[in-house]
Amino acid sequence: MMNLDIAYPLQYGFQDPATPVMQGIISLHDHIFFYLIVTTVFVTWILSVIIFEFKDEFFSHKYIRHGTLIEIIWTVTPAFILISIAFPSFRLLYLMDEVIDPAVTIKVVGHQWYWSYEYSDHAWSIEFDSYMLPTSDLELGQFRLLEVDNRMVVPMDTHVRLIITSSDVIHSWAVPSLGIKLDAIPGRLNQTSMIINREGVFFGQCSEICGVQHGFMPIVVESVKMDNYISWVNNMLDEA
Amino acid sequence: MSDRPETVLQTPQFDARFPNVNQTKNCWQNFVDFHRCANARGEDFPVCVQFKKTFTSLCPIEWVDRWTDQVENGVFPTKLD
Repeated sequence: MMNLDIAYPLQYGFQDPATPVMQGIISLHDHIFFYLIVTTVFVTWILSVIIFEFKDEFFSHKYIRHGTLIEIIWTVTPAFILISIAFPSFRLLYLMDEVIDPAVTIKVVGHQWYWSYEYSDHAWSIEFDSYMLPTSDLELGQFRLLEVDNRMVVPMDTHVRLIITSSDVIHSWAVPSLGIKLDAIPGRLNQTSMIINREGVFFGQCSEICGVQHGFMPIVVESVKMDNYISWVNNMLDEA
Repeated sequence: MSDRPETVLQTPQFDARFPNVNQTKNCWQNFVDFHRCANARGEDFPVCVQFKKTFTSLCPIEWVDRWTDQVENGVFPTKLD
């Protein structure tokens, strides 16, 4: 089974995206990498010519002191490169910024050392804690240090508003596949949003060092179809 | 439970007073507005119900409980009348 909604050993790439925001982040990363590789190759080449050839030729004018034209070129060109990186970056930043038309609000509260989730859009609140499963309780195929007892369930293809806060120290709620990493700060409510475009189970971990068990408070988001979400909410409301 | 109303998706919408990531004041303002509204027109007045829905959706339950205790004990640090 290929499961790229979690990290795998020695990983250097991204996990599979599940939201438009994460797709945008990956596109921006690839876009920036184009300029990064071109610049690196160009600079390395000029440097090695200067170092190894060590002579006065076309790209290594050893004895040059002034040159208005070349100074204009090496000032203006990087400026255009920076602009072509900055504009896609701003575009993505502002797309991620505002929460215009949410259908569900979920509150995420960080504690030492677990997450708790609150769904308060209904007649009464759904509230539960999400603790890591100890290794001894894992079943075959479950992920060590990543599974939790109660997953955060969200509807797919739906605009979900997240309100992230903390009850003690600073935590950070982060799920790579969803492109979300937002600090949970005591006394402050941070808002972000997500639209998950497929069903799946997405894993994340606390990303702000928060005490001895910082590494043992994972996040599991389960994305389900809307009717399944409604029946989950109904079950939780009946139990509450 | 049979007295549970049918589940509908309904949540506070974008509020131009609070366009930022920081929604702390949004939660707090709706809590204060609810109590001012309830003191003036009663809790069941439609506008008050809307304030209550908004702060319930946005505020952590722990905050609401603490503030409600403060309101009941008369030590909530804001005028509510």
